[in-house]
Amino acid sequence: MFSWICKSISDYKSQGFSKPWRFELNKKLCDFVSSWQIIMEKEKIITVKNLTKKFGNFTAVKGISFDVYKGEIFGFLGANGAGKTTAMKMLIGISNPTSGEANVAGFDVHTQTNMVKKSIGYMSQKFSMYDDLTIKENITFFGGIYGLSRSQIKQKITQLVEELELQEVANNLVGSLPLGWKQKLSFSVALLHEPKIVFLDEPTGGVDPITRRQFWEMIYTQAYKGTTIFVTTHYMDEAEYCDRVSIMVDGTIEALDTPKNLKKQFNVEAMNDVFLKLARNIE
Amino acid sequence: MGIAVNNISKSYKKIKAVENISFNVNDGELFGLIGPDGAGKTTIFRILTTLLVANEGSAVVAGFDVIKQLKEIRNAVGYMPGKFSLYQDLTVEENLHFFATIFGTTIEENYDLIKDIYIQIQPFKDRRAGALSGGMKQKLALCCALIHAPKVLFLDEPTTGVDPVSRKEFWIMLKRLQKKGITILVSTPYMDEASLCDRIALIQKGKILKIDSPENIINNYEKVIYDVQAKNTHGLIHDLKNYPNQYSVYAFGEFVHYIDKLATFNPTDLQTYLKNKNHTDIIIKPATITIEDVFMDL
Repeated sequence: MFSWICKSISDYKSQGFSKPWRFELNKKLCDFVSSWQIIMEKEKIITVKNLTKKFGNFTAVKGISFDVYKGEIFGFLGANGAGKTTAMKMLIGISNPTSGEANVAGFDVHTQTNMVKKSIGYMSQKFSMYDDLTIKENITFFGGIYGLSRSQIKQKITQLVEELELQEVANNLVGSLPLGWKQKLSFSVALLHEPKIVFLDEPTGGVDPITRRQFWEMIYTQAYKGTTIFVTTHYMDEAEYCDRVSIMVDGTIEALDTPKNLKKQFNVEAMNDVFLKLARNIE
Repeated sequence: MGIAVNNISKSYKKIKAVENISFNVNDGELFGLIGPDGAGKTTIFRILTTLLVANEGSAVVAGFDVIKQLKEIRNAVGYMPGKFSLYQDLTVEENLHFFATIFGTTIEENYDLIKDIYIQIQPFKDRRAGALSGGMKQKLALCCALIHAPKVLFLDEPTTGVDPVSRKEFWIMLKRLQKKGITILVSTPYMDEASLCDRIALIQKGKILKIDSPENIINNYEKVIYDVQAKNTHGLIHDLKNYPNQYSVYAFGEFVHYIDKLATFNPTDLQTYLKNKNHTDIIIKPATITIEDVFMDL
């Protein structure tokens, strides 16, 4: 590493930095600290134990248990009606579990729902920004809801508009944007208050193939920064992009592992086949 | 018979929803409109089902003109809109009965046609439509669109937001309906479903980019695509994008699809490049081309 630093210092010197070692050592120190953090922080950010939800006689979620680690992209898959949305609603603190426990970002979903809501971001499958407000107005509104100060909001607007390359349409109504842009904007807005976890409910449904991939690059970048991503999707190629994937069938989690291990376990080539095998067996 | 569309254009204020579109669907064909949200698919459906009048061009559906013979068309076609449009507060059976009556028929008269599908939702026939799961809503909507035994069936994104298992079942149902002689025009944003159609039109931003059978579209694609894999996918995409002669780099399931600009491209050079970037477990091999690859390159 020493020789590498020396080389970098001379590189920076040649680029005209007067005290290159200061810059480079700082950077190296940061890298070192962040890699140390990655080792240290393979910590659980969501723990779920026997979580159950009943509606009258119907048990939508049947005592599921799993953990999600910090900075992980966790795919939460399942057939329609398998109980995904119900489970997710409990984890984001808007539905009270019938029994069982769940801890999200250090808070209990029974008793600390307000703290849960403050620590997470949520992007619904249904576009839920205000169509008749402009992009800037929407960011201001949601920033306000999340308790950001005026100066923070101002800074966020500049940052988001730049990152998403929305300079030309920043003052246009959100309703006039193509779906792909709307989804990218929704994702960014769900991250406004820099939550520890962001829940994405079918973020790419109906989006064109290129935008869908750009969206996943945004997800990767965010996960790389340490945000935990909890995502549902019906695109099985996207399941391959997740660090780990759980598959829910009929209220229970039938499989949970890395995509690679799941494919090995079920002896198939693609996640689509894993999904078909699991859901078929039940019927 | 079937469908004939000639130079149709439609604008909403400043926005051109579809621009000079022409295509033919043969009698008894399963034809797919493949394109993302906002491509203009729904506008085409609404024009062909007489719910919207085009600014320019003409269209004939099941032998009838969409402007002059709209009443005939409405009796001859079934339409399942992308948005669930049945009566949420009527039961499954009531909805079906309602649509049968509207078209001057009965459930019994055409029961043969819907039997396979209706059997699956029959256990819930007394449940209100609004309380059904997504997959069941979709099956009920299909029954209602079929109850008057239409000659042409229009299905606007019937599988959007539907899980892979139900999607597969839905396509099996479509194939069965096709065998009964019904012409089907279906739209979908899922590129993998394109291969299940007889012919497809790839559509984006109101224009048709290509019409052909899925096999021909794939076989006529000239570029060579490589599957590239390494342990760190995020880093891999980043590094591939910086490879000097890259033409395109896209995540594709467990692989990244890589296309090079040069005909002289040598995978070994890329392997060395990636190794130097500290990638491990590198795999580079020719990829199987899919409709999605072709679409992204249009």
